[in-house]
Amino acid sequence: MAASETIGAAGRSEARERAADYLLKRHRFRLAETLPWLAAIAVYFIFPERMTFGSQVLVMVMFALSLDLILGYAGIVTLGHAAFFGVGAYTVGLAAARLGWSEPISGLFAAAITAGLTGFITGWFLLRYRGLTLLMLTLATAILLQETGNLRSDISGGYDGLPGLMFKPLLGVFDYDLYGHTYYLYVLAVLVVVFFFVRRIVYSPFGQALTGVRENVRRMHAIGSPVHRRLVTVYTIAAAIAGVAGALFTQTNAYVTLTVFDFDNSAKVMVMLILGGTGRLYGAFVGAAVYMVLEDYFSKLSPTFWQFGIGLMLVLAVLFTPRGVLGVFESIGRYFSERKKS
Amino acid sequence: MSAALQVEALNRAFGALPVTRDVNLTLERGARHALIGPNGAGKTTLVNLITGALKPHSGRVILNGDDITALSQADRARRGLARTFQINQLFRGLSVLENIGMCISERDGHADNLWRPVGSSRAVLDEALDHLDSLRIVDDALKLVRELPYGRQRLVEIAIALAQKPRVLLLDEPAAGVPSSESHLILDVVAALDPDIAVLIIEHDMDVVFRFAKEITVLVQGAVFTHGTPDEIMNNEQVKAVYLGQEGHRGGRHG
Repeated sequence: MAASETIGAAGRSEARERAADYLLKRHRFRLAETLPWLAAIAVYFIFPERMTFGSQVLVMVMFALSLDLILGYAGIVTLGHAAFFGVGAYTVGLAAARLGWSEPISGLFAAAITAGLTGFITGWFLLRYRGLTLLMLTLATAILLQETGNLRSDISGGYDGLPGLMFKPLLGVFDYDLYGHTYYLYVLAVLVVVFFFVRRIVYSPFGQALTGVRENVRRMHAIGSPVHRRLVTVYTIAAAIAGVAGALFTQTNAYVTLTVFDFDNSAKVMVMLILGGTGRLYGAFVGAAVYMVLEDYFSKLSPTFWQFGIGLMLVLAVLFTPRGVLGVFESIGRYFSERKKS
Repeated sequence: MSAALQVEALNRAFGALPVTRDVNLTLERGARHALIGPNGAGKTTLVNLITGALKPHSGRVILNGDDITALSQADRARRGLARTFQINQLFRGLSVLENIGMCISERDGHADNLWRPVGSSRAVLDEALDHLDSLRIVDDALKLVRELPYGRQRLVEIAIALAQKPRVLLLDEPAAGVPSSESHLILDVVAALDPDIAVLIIEHDMDVVFRFAKEITVLVQGAVFTHGTPDEIMNNEQVKAVYLGQEGHRGGRHG
C-alpha cells in the first residue's frame, strides 16, 4: 500500500519495534518453564516409594497435553479422547501378549502409529461437525472401539484385561524394578520429548492457524485456510500422542483392561485440562498433578466417599477459576505488574 | 482482458423464498461498484454466494476469467477474493498483529509449517506491521482485538482483507455500527484503496455511495432493479420511489 511508505513518525516506529520484538521473542524458552521439570525431578528424590503413582501422573500429563493441542488450541471439543489412549495401550499390550513384541521403545512408536491412524481416519469423517454433534460422535467412537474389544475378548482379554505383561529391559539394559524408579525416569524422558514437540507446534504458523480456527472459523474460511485439513492434521498428531500415553500406561502397569476406553477416562482428562487451564501447555501439568494427587488423597481419607471431594473441588474450580489454576496465577501476575507500572 | 469478477444469472432460494433472482453483475479491474437496496433485498446473500459461503442453485461466478462456482470458500479466497463481514468476524482472543499475521501466513502457505516459530519470519512480520501502519493502528498491534473499541475493530476487519492482497474486495457495510464521529476513519481507508483492486461495497449511507462509487447496482427483492452511474441512479425516479424515498428514516441503519 502506498500509504505505508509515507509514514515514518518516531512514535509509530517505536510501537512497531515493540510489536516486532514481542513476536520475535514469544517462542523463546522462559526461566519459569523449568519449574514443572524441576518439580518432576524433585519428586523422584523426595518420594522414592511413590514412583508408580508418579509415573501415572506423568502419563496423565501427557494425555492431557494431547487433549490441550486439540481442545485448548484448535477448539475441538471431544468426549472420546480415551479412544486413542486405549488404542495405544492395547497396541503394546496385544503386541506383548500375542506377538511377543515386548521391546518398550519400539512399542511406543507402534502405538503412536496405530493411534495416529485411528485419529486420522475418524477425524477425517468427524471433523466436518462441531459442537454437540461432534461430542456425541467422538463419544460413540470410543464406545465402538471398546465394544469391538469386548466382542473379541478372546484376543483382547475383555474386561479381565491382559494381565502380567512382561516388557524387555529399556534399551536392553535398565530393567523394571519393583518400585518403578526406572519407569518414572523413562516416562519423564518420553514426556520431555513429546512436550517439546507439542511446544514447537503451538508456536508455529500451523499452531497459530489452529488458534484461528478456535477463535473464528468463518474468518478462517474467508482468508483461504483449508480448515478441515488443519483440523485432521492436529487431530492425528494429538491421537498419536494420546496413543503414546496409553502405551506408557500399559508398560508402567504391566497390564491393561478395556476400561481404558471408558467414558470416565475421556471425561477425566478433560476435567484435568480445564482444571489446569486450556491452551496453555502447562495447564496439562498443573491439572493432571492436582487432580491425581487430590484423588489419591481423598480416596485414602474416605475410601467410600472420595468422589464427593473431587466433585466439590470441581464445583469450586468452575465457580472461582474459570480459566483454570494457571489462569489464577496469570491474573495475580498481571495484577502485580500493573501495580508496578502505576 | 477478462473482468475481475463476473456474476452470471445467479439464483438462490431459502426454501420457497427466492432471495437471489437471475442476478448479473460485472466488476472490471479496479472497479468501484456499490450495491444498494432496501432491507432484505439480498445484498449480503449475494456476497455470500460470490465468496462461496453459500452455494447458488443456478448460475456462475467467474473470477479473473475462471469459473469458480464449484470451488470452496477457501479456494476462492486463495485466488484473490476477499471480503469483510457486516458483523466483525475477527480472532477476538488474539492480538491485532496475530490477526493480520495469520492471514499473511495462510496466503503465502506458511501455515502448513508446524516446526518453525511464527516470529522467525521477518517478512511476514514486517508486512503485517506495514498493513497496520497504513491503517494507523500499529499502536494497537499487541492489544487483543476484543479490547479495542468497535471502530478500531472495524479497521482490523478491513486490514485482514487487505492482507490477503485481494484482486477483488467485497465490503459489506464497512462502517456499520461505528459511531459517526469515527466513521470517517473507515471511509478514508475505503477511499484510499489500491486502484487496482476491484471493490464491491454494500452501504446504506447514500453520501458514501455517491462519493465512492463509479457504478451502482440497485437490488430489490433479490433481483437487479437497475444499474448505472451515480448520476443516473440519483435521477432515476423509480429508484427514488423504491429506495431513496425511504431516506426519511435514514437514521435507522439496518442489517
